[in-house]
Amino acid sequence: MKIHEYQAKAILAKFGVPTPRGQVVFKKEDARAAAQKLGTPVVVVKAQIHAGGRGKAGGVKLARSAEQASELAGQILGMKLVTPQTGTEGRIVHRLLIEEGLDIKRELYLSILVDRAAEAPVFMASAAGGMEIEEVAKEHPEAILRETIHPATGLQAYQVRKLAFGLGLAPEIVNVAVPFFQSLYRAFVETDASLLEINPCVVTGDGRLVALDAKMVFDDNALARHPEIAAMRDLDEETPLEVEASKYKLNYIKLDGNVACMVNGAGLAMATMDIIKLSGGSPANFLDVGGGASAEQVKNAFKILLGDPNVSAVFINIFGGILRCDVLATGVVNAAHDLKIKVPVVVRMEGTNVEKGKEILKTSGLNFTVAAGMKDGAERVVQLAGGLR
Amino acid sequence: MSVLIDQKTRVVVQGLTGREGGFHAEQMIAYGTKVVAGVTPGKGGTKHLNVPVFNTVAHAVKETGADASVIFVPPPFAADAILEAIDSRLPLVVCITEGIPTLDMVRVAAELRASNTRLIGPNCPGLISPGKCKIGIMPGHIHKAGNVGLVSRSGTLTYEAVDQLTRLGIGQSTCIGIGGDPIIGTSFLDAIKMFNDDADTHAIVMIGEIGGNAEEVAAEFIKAHVKKPVVGFVAGQTAPPGRRMGHAGAIISGGQGTAKTKYAAMEAAGIHTVQSPAEIGHTMEAVLGKAAQR
Repeated sequence: MKIHEYQAKAILAKFGVPTPRGQVVFKKEDARAAAQKLGTPVVVVKAQIHAGGRGKAGGVKLARSAEQASELAGQILGMKLVTPQTGTEGRIVHRLLIEEGLDIKRELYLSILVDRAAEAPVFMASAAGGMEIEEVAKEHPEAILRETIHPATGLQAYQVRKLAFGLGLAPEIVNVAVPFFQSLYRAFVETDASLLEINPCVVTGDGRLVALDAKMVFDDNALARHPEIAAMRDLDEETPLEVEASKYKLNYIKLDGNVACMVNGAGLAMATMDIIKLSGGSPANFLDVGGGASAEQVKNAFKILLGDPNVSAVFINIFGGILRCDVLATGVVNAAHDLKIKVPVVVRMEGTNVEKGKEILKTSGLNFTVAAGMKDGAERVVQLAGGLR
Repeated sequence: MSVLIDQKTRVVVQGLTGREGGFHAEQMIAYGTKVVAGVTPGKGGTKHLNVPVFNTVAHAVKETGADASVIFVPPPFAADAILEAIDSRLPLVVCITEGIPTLDMVRVAAELRASNTRLIGPNCPGLISPGKCKIGIMPGHIHKAGNVGLVSRSGTLTYEAVDQLTRLGIGQSTCIGIGGDPIIGTSFLDAIKMFNDDADTHAIVMIGEIGGNAEEVAAEFIKAHVKKPVVGFVAGQTAPPGRRMGHAGAIISGGQGTAKTKYAAMEAAGIHTVQSPAEIGHTMEAVLGKAAQR
């Protein structure tokens, strides 16, 4: 789960990480008061959306007076920001962070994430702060310093010194970096984050380190033990159908095609999207109804799939194994009937009582096609969806 | 022969008295697996499915001589269950549980790598040596004993591939679902090494998916050390970057872990790659046919 920058900074502050003074505002009028309260010659007005690249898209501006801050807030609130991370549809700005301007001497890049190969968190640092880390990784991989952290001992002071001296920081700043980096690591571990990125972390004129930006992403599997973080979820930042699907505990990701798919299991769901593409079609979504594919979940899944106006045919691909196909087929028929489904539905299923299940679909009087296998099903559904595209 | 498990394997089920654990233990017993013990803290001394239940794994191992464990414990408690199994020095632990927090698995991995335990999973269907032993949740009847080793990050997609093989009369030595999480006990590389060393495994199917670089690492090894034919598929050719495709580990991040790079690594290693998930069986049939002619 992603959160906003101002929320991440509030979490970091609790762990003792220095962040700029600032305040989140939702209205233009509040921006003026927030800027006045800060009282610095320069304040920064920052759009809060769950995507990077805000500055280049015009979502981050400097104001030299409270008046100007209010003006800029009026311009940015409600603006649609399109950045490389938002996709072409962009994101509407609903929240702003009004922050004190700082005297910046240097910008650094810092992040913590779990390294899959090392099976441990890794602390990454680069002197190229403010740049996209993927770019740095591509052009100058040697410019990224890494320290793997043992989960039992945590981030040790000597590891921070290796990183900080490696970044070329002066000894007095290195001394500040030790508690700073260690606090970041504690925040990462104690919130079950999957990514903590400070880009940039700045060295100020008066010799402080400050997290000028902050991005935190959390492990969805651990949110149950962090209700205060789960409560920070912003539904405005998510696709409405995906929000709806998450209520039913369905794994749904909307795509751009017109062939909807309903599959049990994530791997098979991805493979089903792939075979639709190979058959000349374009998948409308990823949807995993879970290994069991219960009648209830099938119905919920139909609701979600049909909420996408681009869908012109549905492919149900269920490999049940021990799942009873007659029960599944009855569930599919009932759901299709209740929801008055108009689009053609191709069903491919395997499991026990598969012949009985096929019979139920064929005699339902509804617009079902029973496929002989995965390939047959994909080809048929692509044809029914309007042929090759 | 087979790898990791056979008719002699003695299994303790952690979470035997739960709904999932009980259901699948019953299926395993019906398949012929020797389920010798269950563990549910607080229910020690009772019996479930006619299997003795113990309070701790250590006690279960001491009393029954179990040499493998399968875990059906809810996600918040699953890491603890794995650590308990490692502490009891079980050589093989299979964790079915989906949804274990990643940082829990980081701590488990640190203990695991310092032990002699092999962990399969988590978030996996388990493993099966057809006709001998099944430890997991896969439907037993779609399998057939034979000489193809299969390793996959997926559940139902693995069943799909096994079904294709079996329908073509191609049996399997052992099928291992290694799991869809970012941190897992047994990698593609580990499984491929075991299959390579197993005299009764003549060919290998490898089913990868987007995310991480485990497929690439295994492909490097195959290129250098594996003479047995390998058929490879990667799910997620159409997956958008930056989105988690159901499995916690199935994500393309920062341009890393795409199906394209995995296919390229597989092809460079001489693996028979398959673009369509419906062609895994036929491709293996063709590969085996050619191998037999040689």
